[in-house]
Amino acid sequence: MKPPPFQYHDPKTLAEAVGLLGTLDNAKLLAGGQSLMPMLNMRFVLPDHVIDLNLVEGMAGIKETDGVLEIGAMTRQRELEFSDLVAAKCPLLHQALMHVGHRQTRNRGTIGGSLCHLDPAAELVTVCMAHDATIAVAGPGGTREIAFADFPAGYLTPAIELNEIVTAIRIPVWPAGHKAAFIEFSRRHGDFAIVSAAALLQIDGGRITRASLTIGGVAVAPVRATEVEQAIVGQAPTSELFAKVCESCRSFEAMADIHASAEYRQHLAVVLARRALEKAADLADNAPWNRAH
Amino acid sequence: MEMTDKRTITVSVNGTKHTKEVPVRITLADFIRYELGLTGTHLGCEHGVCGACTILLDGRSARSCLMLAVQADGHEVLTVEGIAPGPDALHPLQEAFRDNHGLQCGFCTPGMLTTLLEFLGDNPDPTEQEVRVAISGNLCRCTGYQGIVLAALDAAKRMKAGRA
Repeated sequence: MKPPPFQYHDPKTLAEAVGLLGTLDNAKLLAGGQSLMPMLNMRFVLPDHVIDLNLVEGMAGIKETDGVLEIGAMTRQRELEFSDLVAAKCPLLHQALMHVGHRQTRNRGTIGGSLCHLDPAAELVTVCMAHDATIAVAGPGGTREIAFADFPAGYLTPAIELNEIVTAIRIPVWPAGHKAAFIEFSRRHGDFAIVSAAALLQIDGGRITRASLTIGGVAVAPVRATEVEQAIVGQAPTSELFAKVCESCRSFEAMADIHASAEYRQHLAVVLARRALEKAADLADNAPWNRAH
Repeated sequence: MEMTDKRTITVSVNGTKHTKEVPVRITLADFIRYELGLTGTHLGCEHGVCGACTILLDGRSARSCLMLAVQADGHEVLTVEGIAPGPDALHPLQEAFRDNHGLQCGFCTPGMLTTLLEFLGDNPDPTEQEVRVAISGNLCRCTGYQGIVLAALDAAKRMKAGRA
């Protein structure tokens, strides 16, 4: 299998990349290549121009400013996986990365590439939804920011213009001591999840004071279980409470494909929502889904 | 459209620099196999699932079917041919594969070896579970993975002894 013929461009600056993207017809941006290259090899995409972002200066890096983790779009998943800052400030992202592909793909794959490919079950997409991340983009008219809730426009389609490039991801960090859990159900380790769940909890004085629960893989984009979030804030975390309130996840509109029916996805949403909350609240037993791997 | 957009690239492969003019759409895997004749790097699925084409790029494992050759310009590639210390000697990892039935048909072996070479550098004293996760991106249809896992654990011991 060979990629179709295209012209190759390797800009060195963001301005140059934006310029090329704005003037070339039928161009594709190449980030880590772990999704675009298979699509080129299988000729699912036939671009006339490939604009490689790997040599663009200043698009990678991780820093924290005023409680916000700012991650350059071209930051490799490996850099995030091995970042002490990410592990300390954003344990949900760290946990989720352990499920992203394999070491060989994380060495090349980037956070920006994964978000723009926008697979419904991609772990990094679910984390950004859970954390109310903001996406920074650059285009011919300048830069703008998009709230992650508005970022998915449809299946595999981010809400950015054809001439815009995602430059950074901003993740508001939760206070120190918050609890996080990311779990998923997949056929094999490293596969995209069939359904995943991401839970963030802040517990003060035995009561939940803040909650975020996100289910990935059920719909074309991850969905926040706002009904569950509202029902558990103010309550003491117990398995009984979580089992009761997570039933509401069965009403999520769900996709069906060769991997699972809509009903099965809804079932997984209920089960994984409960398990993620239990794991975050340290209520989980030593069940297989909660063991580190 | 110009059908044969080409670039001249210089890539160091197993310590030898190669300068070639290549079509921009050629994958690194095809460059290694067809332009350089190093057929130890195997191609299974060509879409990033089987792991057979894994090489080390500047010491980091990568699937060579998911990179363009032009992206390796100026970088160092290590293929399975470059793992052994010399023509008459095997790397301890290769010896451990031979001694533990870590291969049968050998198709997945180049990818297994390059993957484990990086992994054992990152994690010199792994558990069995960690080894299984490390090779989860490499498909083997012969061994059932048992021999490969044993070989990786044995290799970790041999490599540690070699450093002592």
